[in-house]
Amino acid sequence: MSAAGSRGALSALKGVGGRLLSALPALFGVLALTFILMRVLPGDPASFFVSSPTAGEAELEIVRQRMGLDHPLPMQFLYYLRDLATGDFGTAMTTGRPVVDDLVERLPASLELTLAGLFLAVAIAVPAGVLAALRPGSVFDHGVRVICSAGVSLPTFVSGLLLIYIFYYWLGWAPDPTGRLDIFAFPPETVTGFLLIDCLLAGDWDTWWSSLSRLVLPACTMALFTIAPLARITRGSMLAVLTSEFVRTADAVGLPRWKVIVTYALRNALIPVVTVSGSIFSTMLGANVLVEKVFSWPGVGRYALDALMASDYAPVQGFVLLMATIFVFVNLVVDLLYAVIDPRVSLS
Amino acid sequence: MKMSPEVQAEAALRPILEIEDLRIAFSGRGGESEAVKGVSLSVAPGEVLGLVGESGSGKTVTMLAAAGLLERNGRIAGGKVRIAGQDVTRASRGMLRPIRGAVISMIFQNPRAALNPIRAVGDQIADAIRAHERVSKAQARERAIALLADVKFPRPEAQARAYPHELSGGMCQRAMIAVALACNPKLLIADEPTTGLDPTTQKSVMDLLAGLIAERGMAMVLITHDLAMAAEYCGRVAVMEQGLLVETGLPRRIFLAPRHPYTQRLVAASPTRGARIEDLVPPGALPALPAAPAPTIGRPHLLEVVGLQKDFGNGAKAVDGVSFTLNAGQSLGLVGESGSGKSTTSRLVCRLLDADAGAIVFDGQDLAATAEKDFHRSPRRSDIQLVFQDPTDSLNPRFTARECIADPLRRLGGLRGRALEAKVRETADLVSFPQALLDRLPHQLSGGQKARVGIGRAVCLEPKLMVLDEPTAALDVSVQAVVLHLLERLRRELGMAYLFVSHDLNVVRMMCADTLVMKSGRIVEAAPTEKLFTAPDHPYTRSLLAAVPSLDALKDD
Repeated sequence: MSAAGSRGALSALKGVGGRLLSALPALFGVLALTFILMRVLPGDPASFFVSSPTAGEAELEIVRQRMGLDHPLPMQFLYYLRDLATGDFGTAMTTGRPVVDDLVERLPASLELTLAGLFLAVAIAVPAGVLAALRPGSVFDHGVRVICSAGVSLPTFVSGLLLIYIFYYWLGWAPDPTGRLDIFAFPPETVTGFLLIDCLLAGDWDTWWSSLSRLVLPACTMALFTIAPLARITRGSMLAVLTSEFVRTADAVGLPRWKVIVTYALRNALIPVVTVSGSIFSTMLGANVLVEKVFSWPGVGRYALDALMASDYAPVQGFVLLMATIFVFVNLVVDLLYAVIDPRVSLS
Repeated sequence: MKMSPEVQAEAALRPILEIEDLRIAFSGRGGESEAVKGVSLSVAPGEVLGLVGESGSGKTVTMLAAAGLLERNGRIAGGKVRIAGQDVTRASRGMLRPIRGAVISMIFQNPRAALNPIRAVGDQIADAIRAHERVSKAQARERAIALLADVKFPRPEAQARAYPHELSGGMCQRAMIAVALACNPKLLIADEPTTGLDPTTQKSVMDLLAGLIAERGMAMVLITHDLAMAAEYCGRVAVMEQGLLVETGLPRRIFLAPRHPYTQRLVAASPTRGARIEDLVPPGALPALPAAPAPTIGRPHLLEVVGLQKDFGNGAKAVDGVSFTLNAGQSLGLVGESGSGKSTTSRLVCRLLDADAGAIVFDGQDLAATAEKDFHRSPRRSDIQLVFQDPTDSLNPRFTARECIADPLRRLGGLRGRALEAKVRETADLVSFPQALLDRLPHQLSGGQKARVGIGRAVCLEPKLMVLDEPTAALDVSVQAVVLHLLERLRRELGMAYLFVSHDLNVVRMMCADTLVMKSGRIVEAAPTEKLFTAPDHPYTRSLLAAVPSLDALKDD
């Protein structure tokens, strides 16, 4: 038994390794594409970093040389790859710091926001989808559909501004939308970078509360947008499972209603929901840009957007690479979750 | 409250299930239609009632309605259902819940789909126990393991942790029986419990089920399309046709002296030991079969398969050194259980799969030399054609019958325009498919009509060899009779050779002159069909034959 167990664990480990290896070509493709895209975009990055807008051609040339822009493109790419291999993602001209440091500092903010948004969305969408599926065609079902349509048709920057208008400006319930923390609050010692967790570790409840209250509106904004697809897929998958033969069996042997719905129907219905949640998470992380901008959230999305505006190559390339890597990891996590929920699935 | 002996005696005699003038309506796009039009029947405690009929007769719907399990679009439009004396015709979910599983329970046709795919079977049995009795998890689990032992799981303790996909179809049905019997119901409704299982598995599951029912003094309603099975296991048989109960009685009486014309047709269409194709259909209903062509003896064989091997890389070889020959115009049966390699062999022969080793010499040419992916360009493609098992799934749902038949004629026969149209019509006539229906899509055709389209598109190219992979397994017996008759007529008229793959031994016996028996990728016995059926050599052949339920048993008594 234990031999079989360790063999299973080994094959699972092999599966994970295989997945990661097979993602490398895709990552390289993303890398090359971003590199080329950045170079074909109009704009001379050197002109942003000279001392004055009226600087002469000689000064521009010096800056270009310092940035390595005087080499031909393929050479630039090879240098870039060489740097990457040594863990050097380049330096952000806009902040003057290594890109890695900037990203490491900002990623937790984005992750915290996205996870909070996704958690909120799942917490609302799954029960709503299940209830809608239990009474298809009912008032509740139609209500869910209307709210979903409204949520998905409002762009995040509109719904974000709307929430700010109502809850901050009008009702005054929410704090000002100026980042993760009150400027007067002392940030806790950075351990994970997730403020909510770091505050808990430090036992600082005031700051915890302050960061939570600032998280609510942006998280709601993100959730509003993602509830719709989640609720729809839950409803559809639940409807299909409810008419399946094993649910009929459960009814035929007189299992209690909640047991039929939760253990027999819902657990099976969640399988496609997990897949969709994975891709939604990845999309949310990238689509954060607008929400981060509206709420002055110090995340990677806003950082990349600012860099893009300044034709600052290194941070954008670093951001895209980071996002691609996160995509790969999220897909891996989804597959692992699959194996946990569905005994028919094996990683290898 | 203690019951007096008289009341107890009366309760013991009262039917466990009473259905009175039950009408069931389904709402669909075209308004409401009645699927069951006034059925009355009752089941006494300890009785085993067989409910037989073809698809669409309403037998399953009647029983689902009795258990309150109709789908959303169905409703009881009239009549009464009483379970153990209690009127449950319009009972709510809450009223039915304590009855289901504890008084009346059900098992279904496709056991793997009927079990929760992501829950261990032991837990599913324990769920059923805990739904009706206040027992601890550990106790429920213990009883689940005991139940698995009752349904003959070899290692109940370990297998309680197995998921349905880890068990064979037969084991799944055993687990399903354990779930259904967990709370000792008084009545079990078994809806085609062994359809789709191998004959030997079928027999062992049915024997087990019948044993458990008798042991526990339960009543059972066995819903089946298989008359022989009803005859073997039921004390009383009710025959349904198009929502009506046409005849009820003892199996002997019903099957040996049927009174209703429908029962008579049904009994005649069921293949028995000595039957010939001509006997299955009422005399005069179809044109008489032409005389069988004289067998061509000796070489050259039309098909000579030598040392065929196929390994899918999952342990055992699927096909392991199979050799046989087939002469032009002859019919060769290939029988065996699922996993025996008979379907793989048929796919190798018709070049849908590449063999690992071996030769397929067809008309003097080794076909195995051409790769599967190039074979569609070979001029031999039109010489070997196929008819598949499922007439619905094997037709393109967006092709009309005309397009289905025209497609191979256009691609392989190179026909266009008027010549194509003429050939399509000729083919339709050949397979007795009404020309007026040529523009219908598969879902607008009946099962028998779809089977004709499937046969038509295969024979239109006038192949020398037809590979028939369980061509009638999905059809009702009366339709099967007509389709078998058609296949036999086509073979004799067109001089085609058949490789007939089937698990239905009675059908193979009628259709084939010679038969191969396969087990674990090898041919264990090859003999003229009559010899194989009357004096089988191999023990496996004997066990296959013994497992076939047959109406002949009634005659022997």
